[in-house]
Amino acid sequence: MELIKIDKKAWAGGLEKLSASYALYGPVKEQHFCNFRALEKGEAPDLSGLNSRLSPKGVVFPQSQVMFTYTVDENQAEHHILQEAGEKASDRAVIGIRPCDAAAFLMVKQNFDTPEFKDPYWLKAYEATVKVGLACNDPCQSCFCTSTGCGPFSETGLDVLLADTGDFFLARALTDRGEHFLKTAGWNQAAEADPLESMKKKAEEKIVSAVSTEHLKDKKTTDLFDAPFWEEVAFACINCGTCTYVCPTCWCFDIQDEVQGKSGVRMRNWDSCMYPLFTLHGSGHNPRDKKPQRVRQRFMHKLKYFVDRYDGGIQCVGCGRCVRLCPVNIDIRTVCELMNNFELSQC
Amino acid sequence: MLNPYLPFPVAIDEIITETEDKNLKSFKFVFLNPEDEEKFSYRAGQFAELSVTGKGEIPIGIASSPTEKGYVMFTVNKVGLVSSCLHSMKAGDIMGIRGPLGNWYPWDVLEGKNVVIIGGGFAFTTLRSSIVYMLDPANRKKFNDIHVIYGARTPGMLLYREELTAWEKRDDIHMHITVDGTDDPDWKYNVGFVPTITEQKAPPGSADTYAIVCGPPIMIKFTQPVLDNLNYSHDHIIMSLEMRMKCGIGICGRCNIGKEYVCKDGPVFTLAQLNEMPREY
Repeated sequence: MELIKIDKKAWAGGLEKLSASYALYGPVKEQHFCNFRALEKGEAPDLSGLNSRLSPKGVVFPQSQVMFTYTVDENQAEHHILQEAGEKASDRAVIGIRPCDAAAFLMVKQNFDTPEFKDPYWLKAYEATVKVGLACNDPCQSCFCTSTGCGPFSETGLDVLLADTGDFFLARALTDRGEHFLKTAGWNQAAEADPLESMKKKAEEKIVSAVSTEHLKDKKTTDLFDAPFWEEVAFACINCGTCTYVCPTCWCFDIQDEVQGKSGVRMRNWDSCMYPLFTLHGSGHNPRDKKPQRVRQRFMHKLKYFVDRYDGGIQCVGCGRCVRLCPVNIDIRTVCELMNNFELSQC
Repeated sequence: MLNPYLPFPVAIDEIITETEDKNLKSFKFVFLNPEDEEKFSYRAGQFAELSVTGKGEIPIGIASSPTEKGYVMFTVNKVGLVSSCLHSMKAGDIMGIRGPLGNWYPWDVLEGKNVVIIGGGFAFTTLRSSIVYMLDPANRKKFNDIHVIYGARTPGMLLYREELTAWEKRDDIHMHITVDGTDDPDWKYNVGFVPTITEQKAPPGSADTYAIVCGPPIMIKFTQPVLDNLNYSHDHIIMSLEMRMKCGIGICGRCNIGKEYVCKDGPVFTLAQLNEMPREY
């Protein structure tokens, strides 16, 4: 579709128009760090920073979400019967998500949207969200998106791709919804030139790190599972769970009931395979009661189980958040190399 | 969009204390909306999430058989928050059940075959469902010999004792009930651990003989070599696994063994399948 030029002077005005039709989300600087949240009236997304600490997955999959409400008051009709907490997912647009995070939405969709079961909370929010991406001109040192089927100018999972040229944005609608979004904003000035390819090439050249994944599929699951390196990989891990919370492709959640007075909710909260409670049986038995087992689970899931289950590559978009934010410097790239190169010794 | 997290509302119809330690109770539920019973159409071996409002949900094997109409039954061990609350509830109380969930014993494969059921302790629930299903007059002719080896610590810890006694009297099912030990002089069945009784009573393995094994890890550990000695091939040994679960539909991510989710791809696996999976259960 046609490349549009958005003068930065016309940016605020466009957002103003958009806010009449969409709930706008974007990165906002809060206490030194960028985080994705709903924009207040007149607030512009902060597109100056590199990527946010937490991924924007929470726009579709909130960290805490009420699924059902109920009353335990036996004088009420329908007591003890769950009612869907069905707030309608209003049309929303998330502005400034990076291509890696957009690709992550599609990756995660495979989990929430299966032939047998559809997760209505995730899907309604996902379908209500227009994804307006911002290409990365200056990827981080720890980004490795070009080796995960993604890239700094990747269009996967996006409705609009924006690129910042300094004085103006270039915008390409990638879907009908994206086109509608640009029209609603009143951004319709055709760009005179199309420098996107050269910008993309420049950005890709700045990506200095990569993972090799080509052998993962052919490895035997039980061989990798029993590989001798897990103790060492997990040695420094403190099971803090940061990697899972910041990851755009981690989707695990817990379901809990909470009652105050006579009214209760059933809600879900992000959970993490790093925690021993995650798999603790009622009997006290725990199949992953030791730290190395939990660390192994995280990497095996992302780099082997997911590869085998969906046959579309690893469950990682190369955003580098877990690499940057791990307090003990555990690096998924290193672990991926170990797994990809692992050979069962012939002794 | 159907919400797969929404339980069917049910009322507790009857509560039966099953064991002498009173830690196992069976709950019969009736659907508040009669049309939900049809939607809950299940096969023996499946499970459901029992939903206690204000406490949460627990995954429990379905103990009633699809041939038993008008109610569904679950036998619950009192261990945690939800099961303890459930044990304190009374007939008439309102709660929810969500399911049926997971796969089932491979009834199409088992047709025309000998079926050997090996169970221990309170893991006999979906096995009861299976036995009742197979013994139903409409189904019995579909199966050849049926053997049941079932053990508990003491006679008072056996589930469904009246039914066990009734099955003992039938000539179309070979019952081998056993207890680890008893000082009851009137005990007229076997004494010994399940693996030992399996060794003595189970028919030898063959292409036409399948074993369904369900019990505590220690029983499974010692039964497997016995079945190996009896020449059961690993794709003829069918097992049902347990795992901590939340969603029950393969989405929340906690019950995986390798790439399989026990809630959705299981809980029923053959030993041959398990041999290819990480030993993490």
